[in-house]
This record gives sequence, C-alpha cells and structure tokens, in this order.
Amino acid sequence: MTTMAEPLARAADVGGPRQPLLEVEGLTKHFPVRRSSFFGPKPVARAVDGVSFSIAKGETLGVVGESGCGKSTTARLLMRLIEPDAGRMVFDGELVGGDLDLRDLRRRMQMVFQDSYASLNPRLTIAESLAFAPTVHGIPHGEAIAEAAALLEQVGLDPGIVLHRHPHQLSGGQRQRVNIARALALHPRLVILDEAVSALDKSVEAQVLNLLVDLKERLDLTYMFISHDLNVVHYIADRAMVMYLGKVVELGPVDRIYADPRHPYTRALFAARLSHDPEKRTTAAVLQGDPPNPIDPPSGCRFRTRCPLAAEICAAREPAVIDLGEGHTVACHLHDPLAGHPEARRDA
Amino acid sequence: MPETPLLSVRGLTVDFATPRGTARAVAGIDFHLDRGEVLCLLGESGSGKSVTLRALMRLLPQARTRIGGRVTIEGADLYALPERKVEDLRGKTVSMVFQEPMLALDPVYTIGAQIAETIIRHEKVDRAEADRRALELLEKVQIPSARQRLDAYPHEMSGGMRQRAMIALALSCNPAVLLADEPTTALDATVQMQVLLLLRRLQAETGMSVIMVTHDIGVAAETADRVAVMYAGRIVEQGTAAQVLKTPRHPYAAGLFASTVHAGWKGRRLDAIPGAPPDLTALPPGCAFAPRCSRRRTGCSEAQPPITRFADGREVVCIEALAAT
Repeated sequence: MTTMAEPLARAADVGGPRQPLLEVEGLTKHFPVRRSSFFGPKPVARAVDGVSFSIAKGETLGVVGESGCGKSTTARLLMRLIEPDAGRMVFDGELVGGDLDLRDLRRRMQMVFQDSYASLNPRLTIAESLAFAPTVHGIPHGEAIAEAAALLEQVGLDPGIVLHRHPHQLSGGQRQRVNIARALALHPRLVILDEAVSALDKSVEAQVLNLLVDLKERLDLTYMFISHDLNVVHYIADRAMVMYLGKVVELGPVDRIYADPRHPYTRALFAARLSHDPEKRTTAAVLQGDPPNPIDPPSGCRFRTRCPLAAEICAAREPAVIDLGEGHTVACHLHDPLAGHPEARRDA
Repeated sequence: MPETPLLSVRGLTVDFATPRGTARAVAGIDFHLDRGEVLCLLGESGSGKSVTLRALMRLLPQARTRIGGRVTIEGADLYALPERKVEDLRGKTVSMVFQEPMLALDPVYTIGAQIAETIIRHEKVDRAEADRRALELLEKVQIPSARQRLDAYPHEMSGGMRQRAMIALALSCNPAVLLADEPTTALDATVQMQVLLLLRRLQAETGMSVIMVTHDIGVAAETADRVAVMYAGRIVEQGTAAQVLKTPRHPYAAGLFASTVHAGWKGRRLDAIPGAPPDLTALPPGCAFAPRCSRRRTGCSEAQPPITRFADGREVVCIEALAAT
C-alpha cells in the first residue's frame, strides 16, 4: 500500500478511539407505492422508520431480521445509494452532507452485495473492475491496474489467473472475493457486507468468513454485517441489531443478546433456528403467519400482531427504547415499568 | 425376502448437452425409498440433487438430456412407461413441491381452481366434490380463513401462504411419494420453521414417503430419517440422519459440517474446504473430491472408489472407508 499515491491514502482517524466511527440518528425512508384507488392518502412503504444506532471503531455490528425488516434499505441509505427522507449521519465526527461530502464518504465506506455476479460489470475484466474506482478518484490508470494485482493477492486470489478474466469465468466464491477486493481498493474504514456470504455454498462461505476475519485484523477495518443467518452473525459480530418492519427492536452485545434475548421477536427468531442434531429436533413454532406488509404497519408496536404477549398498550403506543445496561437496549413495553403492560413484572 | 421398496434408483446417470460439451450432472447413483420414509438429498449447488429429483418425475427436457440407469416406482420402470402413463403417475403417485411457489403455481387461476382441477384430472369426481376437497386441503395445511383463500390468486398471498398452497396442491391426490426441492429455502426463518413442522406433521399423518432436497444441514436434521450426501453427481455417503449428521465418515461430508457455522462457534477458526466444486463437463479422474480432500492418498485420483457398506447399514464412497473394513 506504500505504492499508493497520496490522494488514496486511508482517511485519517479524527476523533480518537472513543468516538464512534458512524453515528446514525432517526434514519427514515418511506417508499411511495402505487395507490390502489384514486381517493385517500398516498400509500407509502415504511421501509426504514426512525432507525438510530452507532458503530464503534474496529467492531463488527451484525444486523439481523427477516425480509422487509429494512436491513438492506438501511445499508443502501448509509451508502447514499438512495436518499433518506430524514435522519442524520455522522462519520467519525463529521456530518455527512455537511463536513463530509458523498464522494469522501464513499471512500471511507464501501459495500459488498449478495449477488456477486450482478455486482460486477460483465464486460470488464477483473483488472478493469478493480481499477475503476481508484481511477475515478484520481489515480493514474496504469497505477490502478498495477494495484489491482496486490488487491487480488490480499483476498487470496492468484492475480496471474484472475486479473484478465471476465466475471462469468470465475466461480461464485472467486467473484465474491473480487467484490471484496474492489471494496478495499479505496482503503475504506467501514465495509458494509449485505448478505455477502449468503449466496455461497457452505464450504466456500467458510473460506470467505475466514478471509473477512483476517482482513479486518490486518487492515484495521470496521464491519456492518447484514445477514439472515443467526449463527453466522453470532460468529462474526461483536454487537447485534435486530430489526422488524423498519424498526430496531433490540440492540446490544452479541453474547448478551444470544444468551438472553429480551424482545419477544428476538426470542421467536432465535427459537426458529434449525437444529443441527437429528436427535434434538424443534417441536413447536413460536410464531404463526408471515411478517406483515410494511405498507400499512400495525399501530403502536409493529410486532404486536404476532406477539404472544401483546396487550392493549402495545396497540395504543409505540414502545420507547429501554436501556437494560451494558449497551443492551430493547424497544418493548414489557421492559418499561412506566408503560403499564400487565405482564411486565413477570417477564422483565 | 424384504418388502420391495416403494421407489428404487439403480445406476442413474443424467447428462446434459451444454455449449461447452456434455455435463455429467448425475454420475451413477443408487438409493431406495421405503414406505413412510423421509430421505434427504443433501449437497451444494451443482451436486446433482435437484436434477436427481426431477429425474424421478421424468421432468427433464428430453431433447437436451440423456438418462441412464433405472428408476422403479411401485414396481413400474419409469423410463419404460409411455408418456400418458407418466402423466397419470405425476400428482397421483409422485408429486412435487418446488422452491419458488410463485413460479410453480399458475398465476391466472385461483388456488382453489388449481387444486380442484388436479383432483378432477386424476379421480372420477365432480366439480362440487373437488371444491370440497380443495377446502379440506387448505385447512389441512393450516391456511387461515381457508374458504376465502380458495378464491385467491397466487400473487395475493404471502410467501409462506403460497408455499402452503403449493403443498396442498401437491397432496391433493394423496401421493405415495412427495418430492420437495428446497421447499423452505426462499422463506423467512420464522416461516421456514412453520412449514417444516407442517411437512413433518403431514408426513406422519398420511404415512407418505418424502424425498427432500436441501443444501441446509439444519433442514436435514429437522426432517430426515435417512440422509444421502451428494457431491459432483454422486452420493458420497448415506445412512441414518444420526449416522451421517453426527459422525460423518466421508471427508466431504465431514468437511461440509465443519465449515457450516454452528451455534456457539464464536472465536473459533472455521475449518473450510479449500477450492471449489469441479466443472461437470470435465470431471477429474477417480474420486471427484480428491483435489480438495485433506485426506487424499495415492489411488484417490486413479479410479472411482467403490461403495463400502458398514455393518450398521451406512454406505461411504471413499478409499479410506474401504481400507477401514
């Protein structure tokens, strides 16, 4: 990396280790949907609705939730691939859109997507794909191409074999390594991994997970790791954020959340994990039905329509975020002594 | 003399013509299925598990496929039957549930109409009786307000409800064998568990046999009586679910379990299998897993190892297992 020209040096640390790398407050995105009738209000899908969290320097934040919970939309909002309707984002002390413009933000923050093939331009060689972003950021083309070989070595690929191939000539695992290499080309500090290993076969997934663990250590990276696989999130993350229908329902250190989940949804999600032991099978499903549509989410707590512990208060009022200590928070009336949930004492 | 199995597969091969040459998707497999048994074909993409399942219903496109070996269902040689007989068999004796119900269901007919049509095709009943049976089926797969749902089109249902409707359709003529191709892979975690429990309950109630294709060890552990692990078109290990999933003997089966992240593995380095599955148009000589195998020895790449049968009924295709007996 010493060969890199000055403009692409990794962005320096600003606020010191105690300052979060990323702080997000009230992030919101409502997508307009086609109305079914001419009258009445214009319907919107509340994909992400007032999401707040922070990511500390050097940690991995895992994000879990089912389809429609807003985890991928959140990632795209962070990268500004779509414009948020509301919310504030501060990257290492610098307000995004204020002190920090989008071009600089995208050098500090990169993303790897689930579909390794769709993420690469099919007509470019791997070398060209890897050199593209550095060239846009002012690195001479020849230098960027030379750097591509080093990037490939970093992700465990043989540049002699891979550099001049096209995406369709690589296996899924190789392509995903190329996507990781490309994300690293601008020397980012934060990498968002949106289901980045989900489409891979298990034997290849393990290789890529090992690689991600190594790269984080070697390059001092911070990860946001989005996945539907709860075992993988437990494996790789330091903290976990659980989302349901556009809201954060629980957030905290993985060991606490996995040992003692507090939100009824988190509990149900964990109970739906498949057993790996044929002699200890799951006997009952905790939840019935599918997650509701984010177009017209339930009033109050959005989980109440599937919650085994729902009470009147849950329909009437949206739960506040309750601090359980040690950085563990939950948005549920059960844990709020002031909310007046009838089961509160017993369950909390 | 033991009872003849409901379904048996002997030396099944499937070759596809591709622009890059012939791809051997299934390279000679043997298995059988007893009445009331749940067999899981477990493997990664390209292992031949879904192709095998389609071969059991004669669903592979004839123009581009060459099939060898023998498939026997209820004593009948599947590939010797005339097409009309095969149509009688599909839905009535053997039926299938696919991964994507949205693609498998007809978008322009209601769920009720599709189920009723299937019943009328196979049984001599009138429309009213078929409609009554359709309602019964939707109730059996636990679709809420089943009566209204009969008139719903596939796009009006959620993913989980569509998969239930698809299962109802597959069960409409009480098949002896249900083939399920990754039936819960596209579903959310909480819905996946509901559908797996439903399939398990329906299997126990009806006594049908099930062949479940999956890439997910968890799905196999939750449903299978027996498990067959596939790699590059061959079954490399088969035995009871407990044998194969708890103490796998084939290096690939063992590697697959070691590389799947289990609960509570935090901080531990994953024992990944190096490399990638082979190109099916250019399979390596001998054992197809040998180039990736950490226990490879001389002889592995010379000839395809024979099946080793252990005293407990487990079958392993590996030189190492052969040497162990």
